[in-house]
Amino acid sequence: MGDASNMYVIVVGAGKVGWNIARELLEKGHEVTLIENDRERYQTVEQELEHNIQYGDASELWVLERAGVQRADMVIAVTGDDEDNMLICQVAREKYLVDRIIARVNNPRNLEHFELLGVRPVVSATDLIIRLIEHEVPEYGLVHLLDLPEQHLEIIEMNLPEGSPATGQRVGDLQLPEGTLLISVLRGSEGLIPNADTVLEPGDEILAVLDPKIEDEVTAYFAAPAHKPGE
Amino acid sequence: MFIVIVGCGRVGSSLARTMLKDGHDVSCLDEDPEAHARLEIGMDKAWEDMGGQFTVGAALEVEALTAAGIEKADVFVASTDGDNTNIVISQIAKRRFNVPTVIARILDPLRAEWYDRQGVHTICPTRIAVEMLEGEVREAAKRAAGTAPKTGSADHEDDEV
Repeated sequence: MGDASNMYVIVVGAGKVGWNIARELLEKGHEVTLIENDRERYQTVEQELEHNIQYGDASELWVLERAGVQRADMVIAVTGDDEDNMLICQVAREKYLVDRIIARVNNPRNLEHFELLGVRPVVSATDLIIRLIEHEVPEYGLVHLLDLPEQHLEIIEMNLPEGSPATGQRVGDLQLPEGTLLISVLRGSEGLIPNADTVLEPGDEILAVLDPKIEDEVTAYFAAPAHKPGE
Repeated sequence: MFIVIVGCGRVGSSLARTMLKDGHDVSCLDEDPEAHARLEIGMDKAWEDMGGQFTVGAALEVEALTAAGIEKADVFVASTDGDNTNIVISQIAKRRFNVPTVIARILDPLRAEWYDRQGVHTICPTRIAVEMLEGEVREAAKRAAGTAPKTGSADHEDDEV
């Protein structure tokens, strides 16, 4: 098996994503086989990648075998079809014992199926964009900084809005649900590690580590009461 | 028994009709509303009037599978026209909904064989057709060998003469 500087990588799907991944990996000195099942697309990409691309349906076992899946260090499935990506990665891992797999999720609703088949990690463009939105739009209130679903932990960042019942309170007096820890408070350009005597102010950005199950409860605790229409 | 069939094409609809006639409860799911017409081929009553169920929805949508009754299914049959879809939904039926009997139609013999060994019961029409054709061709070859003169060796004898 190759080390990190010289891996054999099979990339399935020669769309924009797959083609560019193959290109980057080749530039970094890795050995790459790209597999594409659309004849026309294959011929276009073949003009640049030559022997580094093969024509075929990678969900057929013999196509993967012809590409040398048995000695692959990594299989990346980035076709536009979620079932293909799921099963190519499942077969690569379970039948051909490939250590590292990466699958693209096209429809976020299929994420649960990837998980059910043990296909992870997955990359979902929709999820990435949603996260960017969360980062870029502070009104959204809540940013996920780190998710560790298997460990039942996440780190989130919340803005403390004007009118939140938590403002003006000592951290030690907060009635937070069990399993929540405030890690730090960002106030203006300053970051502080809160203790029981720290008093929260509106506009504070609070970083907390907690169990994802109680996220709604925690965010509701820090939120400002909703305005009633007409008042 | 309650049977859920996903994919109501020629295979799925035909199986559904037979199972309903056998006295089972049958529910079909297909993304094409027109597929419903296949369930009434050769029948004198509407599918629903005979006790059948039909749901329009995508095979991979858990809501559609649930609407079709996968949670109560004794038998789950995956017979869409996509091998990969059939493999994925069979595993969903087995692992997530714990359906006791799950059968998938898979056209690709290699995948059918491997997934069968992984515990997904597979039926491979391609393999069955190939085996039947092989049998027929072998029979024809035997018949030909028994009746017709061996032209090759006859030529050879002619050469020697």
